[in-house]
Amino acid sequence: MLELLTPADEIAAILAKALPAGVDEATVRIVDEEAEWLTVRQGVVEAPRSTFDRGAMVTVWAGGGLGYAATADLRPEGIRAALETAQAWALATAGTTVAAIAPGLTGNGQYASPVRQPWSALSIADRLDLLKSADAALNVDDRIVERRASLGRREVRSVLVSSAGGRIEQDFTFTYPTMNATAADGGDAQSRSYGRGSFCGQGGIEVLDRFDFRTAAPQIGEEAIALLTAPNCPTGTMDLLVAPDQMILQIHESIGHPLELDRILGDERNYAGTSFVTTDMFGSFQYGSELLNVTFDPTVEGQLASYAFDDEGTPATKQFLIRDGVLERPLGGATSQARAEMAGVANTRACSWNRPPIDRMANLNIEAGSSSLDELIGGIEHGVFVHTNNSWSIDDSRNKFQFSCELGRVIRDGELGEIVRNPSYRGISRDFWRNLNGVGDASTFAVMGTPNCGKGELNQMVGTGHASPVCRFGNIEVFGADA
Amino acid sequence: MTSLDSDWFDARVQAASDQLTGDEVLLASFHTEDTDFVRFNHAKVRQAGSIAQTEISLDLVEGQRHAEATVGLTGDADVDDARILGVVERLREQRQQVPDDPHLLVNTDPTSSHQIAESTLPATDDIVGTITDRGAGQDLVGIYASGTVASGFANSLGQRNWFETSTFDFDWTRYLQADKAVKSAYAGFGWDNAVFDRKLAEADAKFEALKRTPMSLDPGEYATLLTPSALEEVMGLLSYGAFGIRSQRTSQSSLLRLVTGDAQLDSRVRISEHTADGVAPNFQEQGWLRPDEVVLIDEGQAAGALVSPRSSVEFGVEPNGAAGHESPESLAMAGGTLADADALARLDTGLWVGNLWYTNYSDVPGCRVTGMTRFATFWVEGGEIAAPVNVLRFDDSIYNMLGERLVDLTSTPEMLVDNSTYEQRTSASMTLPGALIDGMRFTL
Repeated sequence: MLELLTPADEIAAILAKALPAGVDEATVRIVDEEAEWLTVRQGVVEAPRSTFDRGAMVTVWAGGGLGYAATADLRPEGIRAALETAQAWALATAGTTVAAIAPGLTGNGQYASPVRQPWSALSIADRLDLLKSADAALNVDDRIVERRASLGRREVRSVLVSSAGGRIEQDFTFTYPTMNATAADGGDAQSRSYGRGSFCGQGGIEVLDRFDFRTAAPQIGEEAIALLTAPNCPTGTMDLLVAPDQMILQIHESIGHPLELDRILGDERNYAGTSFVTTDMFGSFQYGSELLNVTFDPTVEGQLASYAFDDEGTPATKQFLIRDGVLERPLGGATSQARAEMAGVANTRACSWNRPPIDRMANLNIEAGSSSLDELIGGIEHGVFVHTNNSWSIDDSRNKFQFSCELGRVIRDGELGEIVRNPSYRGISRDFWRNLNGVGDASTFAVMGTPNCGKGELNQMVGTGHASPVCRFGNIEVFGADA
Repeated sequence: MTSLDSDWFDARVQAASDQLTGDEVLLASFHTEDTDFVRFNHAKVRQAGSIAQTEISLDLVEGQRHAEATVGLTGDADVDDARILGVVERLREQRQQVPDDPHLLVNTDPTSSHQIAESTLPATDDIVGTITDRGAGQDLVGIYASGTVASGFANSLGQRNWFETSTFDFDWTRYLQADKAVKSAYAGFGWDNAVFDRKLAEADAKFEALKRTPMSLDPGEYATLLTPSALEEVMGLLSYGAFGIRSQRTSQSSLLRLVTGDAQLDSRVRISEHTADGVAPNFQEQGWLRPDEVVLIDEGQAAGALVSPRSSVEFGVEPNGAAGHESPESLAMAGGTLADADALARLDTGLWVGNLWYTNYSDVPGCRVTGMTRFATFWVEGGEIAAPVNVLRFDDSIYNMLGERLVDLTSTPEMLVDNSTYEQRTSASMTLPGALIDGMRFTL
C-alpha cells in the first residue's frame, strides 16, 4: 500500500482543531485497499488485475442532524473540505432525521488478520502456476467445455478517528480461491465448482489448504461429467441433509437477513426488503427446533468477517442470536440498538470509504451439535444429501424461499445412493428451521464465507462469514428440474 | 457538473503516455461522479451526504502481454500523476512475469467522441424539503440521488471518448402495512413538481386498492399481466450471461436451447441491445464503439450475441462493442398490440403483478426461473382490481412465459433507468413492454 498523505495523527489533530461550536462529534474513517485478481481460463492466463483505492468517509453529528462526505483527497485541505460538507448536511437535516446518534468513540484498539504464510512469499509467476495446474486438472474429459481457476487477494487497512478521542486501526488480509467446470452435451450442461466462491477467508496462502485447493480440481471436473448423465433429483416430501456449502446460504438468507435490525426498523423496505421478524419476538419466538444454536461470532480466527470493532468503533464480541431454538438478539449495531431500545451486536459495517455504514451480517454461524455424519445419514429412510448452492431466492420478508444445489446424493434406508442433478427444495423459514432434527458434530463443521452480499441504499457489497456443520431437516418439499 | 472534466483526464493520460517505453500502448478508462444521496424512512431522513469518487483503469500492453489496474484518484493533478506513474511501473514489472495473452485485442482505429447531456439539476436541499413535505404523515421509504456522472476512455494512440450526464433519481415506496406497498420512481435531467405530483397521485390510486382485504392464492397456474417493472426483474436475470457469445459458445447460457434451435419464443418477441435509445455511453471500457443496435432475439429466435473484444478473438467473430461481461446495458424489447388502457380488460380474471423480486434459475438449461411477487400485486376479476394478493412464488420457464403462453405484449414499452449504486452509479437501462401470459406457474 502507498503511504497515507495525511497520517491518522494529523487527521485527529484536524478534528480536534476544526470542529465549530454545535458539532457533537465528527469521525473520519479512512480505508486503503490493494487487491490482485489472477485467472487462468481454458489454459489461457488472463491479464493480472490490480486495484488500488483509498479515501475517507467524514461523518458529522450536530444538533440532531447527521451528514457525511466521502472524499479521496486525503490532504489536510481535502479532509477539511469534507468536514465542512458533512457539517452542512448535518445542519440541513437537523430535526428531520430518523435518528442521529453520535458514537461517542473514545477508546483505542487494533486488529490484524492472522497471516501464517504471506502472499509475498510467492511471485506472480508462482501464483499463476498454481492456477494453471488447477485449470488443467479440471479438464478430465472432452465434454468439459468451460473451466476456470482464479485467485483473489485483498489487503484492507481501516483507520477510524473520532473527535471524541477514539482511534481504531484494523488490517485485513483476504484470500478468495475459486474454480469451476462446465460439462456439456448437446443442449444440456451441468456445472460444478469449488464451493461456489465460499471457500474464502482471512489469511494468506494457508487459506488454500483449508479446502484442499491444490488437489480439488479433478473431483470437480469428474462430478460435472457425472451430473451430465445423472437422473434428476426425486420429487416429493422427504428428509433433507444439507452440506455446509449449502447451509451457509440457508443461514444467510433465512436467518441472517431477517434478523438485521435495520430491516426490522424499515430502512431497507424500498430495496433489500423487510422482515417477518418483529421486535416483540425477541426473547420468546421459537425460530427453530431446540437443536438450533446461532451465534454472531467475529472472533473466529481466519473467518471472512472477523474483526475486533465495527465501523462505528463498537467492540465486537461473540453473542448468541438464537439459543436452543429461541430468538434472543438481532443483528443491529449501536444506532439501530438505540432506535429499537434493545441489545444487539457490533455489526455496523460499510463496504468501503465511499459508503456509510449500516447493519450487516458479519460471521453468522450455527454451532456444532453431537451427531456424526454416519448417524445423520443413518437416520434417513428416504431423502437427499445436497451440496453447494447454485441458486437462491426468497421473498422480501424472508419467508418463502427456494434453493437449488449443484449436486445431490440420494439416501435410502440410511445409505448414500446415486448422484442426482438439480436438487432443489422450497419452504417457509420458520417451518423449515423447526424441522431441524439433526446437527452434525465438529467433524462435519466447516468455516466459510459469502464474499458478495448486496444490501443497502446506497448499494453495498460486503463479505460475510458463515460456518456450519452438516444439518438434517425432516418433511421438506424436494424436487428436480423435471418437476 | 463534476469538477473533473475531459481535459483533466486527457492530461493525466498524456502524462502517463509520455513515460511509455518501447512499443508499449496504454489504454485508460475513467469513471468520476459527484453525487448527493439522501435516504428516507418514514418520510424522514435516515442518512444524507455527498460522495466524490474518481477512478482510472489502466491496461499496459506490449505485444500480446499486458497487465491491468484500477486506481482511485484524488483530483489533485500532481498527486494523481505520481500515483498513476507508480502503478504503470508496477504493471510493467507484472507484465514481464505473464505469458502472451492470445485473446488480447486492442482497437488500433482511434475514433474519438464527446458527449455532455444538458440538465438543470435542482438543489438537493430543495428536493429533500419537497419530499418530506409531500410525504408527511406517510410511511414513505426510499432514496434520492442527484449529481454528475462521467465516463471516459483514452489511449496512447490518441483516442479520446467522453460521456457525461447530470441526473436525479428518486426511488421510493409508500407502505400501508407489513409487505403491502406501492413502489414508484422519478428520474430525469430536471425536476418538475407537477410530474412528481402526478406520480404521487398514480401511486395513491393503487394505495387505496391495497386497503382491501388481501387474498392468499393456492399454488397453480394463473393468467398474469406482468408490468414492465415486473418483466425487468426477469430480463435482469437473463442479462447475466444469457446474451453473451462466451456463455453461449461454452454452453453456459440459459438461452442455450434457443441458440441451438431446440426451443423458440413467441414470434413477436424481439430483444436487442439498443445503445442509441439508452442512456449508456456508446463506447466500452477498452475504447470499442457500440453500434446503435445489436439484435439478440428476432421473431422469437436467436439472432445475435454480445461480443467483447476478447471473445471475438477466442470465437472468431466480429466484436460489437460489448463490455467484458457481455451483458446488455441498454436492453430493449419490442412492444406488441395491447394498449395499456385495455390491459386489465384483456386479463379479465387473473393476477396483475407490479413487481417481481429475487429471481434466480431453478433450471439453467430449461431457462426455468423462480422468483417472488413484491409490493402491489392484485387479483383482477372482470377486468377490475378486486383485491391485493399476498406474496407468491413463481417457477416457470421463459419458453412458456414468453413462448407458448404469451398472449400479447403492451404496445408502449417503458424506459426503466437502473438506479443501482454498487461501487458507483450505473448508466444502464431497459426499455420493456408489459406481458400478458395466459398461464403462469405459481408454486408457493
